[in-house]
Amino acid sequence: MIQFAQVSKRYESGHEALRNVSFFLEKQEMAFLIGRSGAGKSTLLKLIIRVENVTHGQLFVNERNITRMKDRHIPRLRREIGVVFQNHRLLHDRTVFDNVALPLVVSGVGHREIGRRVRAALDKVDLLSKERLYPIMLSGGEQQRVGIARAVVNRPPVLLADEPTGNLDPLLSDEIMDIFHQFNQFGVTVLVATHEYRHIDRLRKRVLELDNGRLVRGASEEHG
Amino acid sequence: MTEYLLRHVQVLLASFGQLARAPGSTLMTVCVIGITLALPAMLYLLVDNTKSVIRNWQGRPQVSVFLKQHVAEQDVLSLQQELARRPETESIELITSDEALEEFKTRSGFGQALDILSENPLPASIVVHISDDAGDAAVIEALVRDIETRPEVDLAQWDLAWVKRLHVILKLVQRAVIVLAALLGLAVIIIVSNTSRLAILNRRDEIETMKLIGATDGFIRRPFLYGGVIQGVLGAVCAIIIVSVCLSLLDGPIAELLALYHGGFAMSGINPRTISMLLVAGGVLGWLAARTAVGRHLRRIEPQ
Repeated sequence: MIQFAQVSKRYESGHEALRNVSFFLEKQEMAFLIGRSGAGKSTLLKLIIRVENVTHGQLFVNERNITRMKDRHIPRLRREIGVVFQNHRLLHDRTVFDNVALPLVVSGVGHREIGRRVRAALDKVDLLSKERLYPIMLSGGEQQRVGIARAVVNRPPVLLADEPTGNLDPLLSDEIMDIFHQFNQFGVTVLVATHEYRHIDRLRKRVLELDNGRLVRGASEEHG
Repeated sequence: MTEYLLRHVQVLLASFGQLARAPGSTLMTVCVIGITLALPAMLYLLVDNTKSVIRNWQGRPQVSVFLKQHVAEQDVLSLQQELARRPETESIELITSDEALEEFKTRSGFGQALDILSENPLPASIVVHISDDAGDAAVIEALVRDIETRPEVDLAQWDLAWVKRLHVILKLVQRAVIVLAALLGLAVIIIVSNTSRLAILNRRDEIETMKLIGATDGFIRRPFLYGGVIQGVLGAVCAIIIVSVCLSLLDGPIAELLALYHGGFAMSGINPRTISMLLVAGGVLGWLAARTAVGRHLRRIEPQ
């Protein structure tokens, strides 16, 4: 599903964020990406959605080599990947419903279908009753759940999350991780960047650990 | 197809909403566009009305053909018929030497004093009234030269000086209107472009988020393009109001002035053609400006 083959990333400043990273994340697999701040977790996720380009190596997503993908194909790639951000990235002048509907509108889904799928997604994160509220009226945990609903509403085969529980208390944090776990059980490939080892111990999923840009754990489960 | 149109209507309404959320700056932009479009529109109407005045003027272009003395009546008739057939001719009028003498007596004030002349010294003449479709001064000049080659004709005369001058002035004003319209059109593009640029910068986070969830540049560009078109069209509506008010203020004095020279001319106001032209120009300029600004700035905004 996601394959890194000897991937390196060097920024223009000269900083080498990733060095020869190789791993294979199988379809319907769930893994945690861990490491200290600056270890390269966010860079790795950015490469998958082509916010950044690979400097060396090859990167495959959904069996497509995205290393040299043309810019005009990037929007389509991103529609196939749900992303949950630490800071939610919600649009504050739109309602919860409209925020969640955004990926469907962008994909050109029909009006009725949008209504049906948005409500289904909001139901999964237990926010159906708040569809008409604006994000500013919600708690941090609720905002993060809106972000998750938006990430999954387009039924992407891959779900990425960058420190999704960073600003939440332990109880809410567990709730959010449980939601990711549920999506994984429905067949979605999930990769969660986190620094909270508690979740790893609790959910017992594969761990990919980065240290100073190198993959120091999890590569042994490499396939292909 | 219905879904596609529905989505465009939604974007259009959302663009209206975005503009309505900043009523002060939107109103200012619309007013500036209105004034900018009103200036060339006023000049265009001025030229249009001047042309109408010339067309309706009693002293419209005419050629006076003075015949030689003692030309046979048959030759005069033949020349008259030939001139009437020419495409430049609207109508012709024969003034016999007796009629010319009578008119001279009346206008000159010599009256009975002219009776002592043994022979009428004035020649017969033919007045050729030039058609509106005859074209410019060069065509009439060629006609005059052609008439002068006829053996019956002593002199063909056309008051070239003032007509030529008027045509040149009109051409100059027309050219000035085009140049001014182009410059002011550029000003509209700069105004809307700047407004769009600010709108893009204000919505930078939103654009980044849209790109992250897979929105194409075309999708992100759409509301800004609608915003540009809306501002351009509203600016054109403002221009129509300005021009109409100005014309209604000028209508009375101009009518009075024209009445001193000749009657029966009513100044034409802003007509449906001008209104359509202004609306289309406003919309196209707004679209063009937004397209330029959005294209340039959208490329620079990439998710971090």
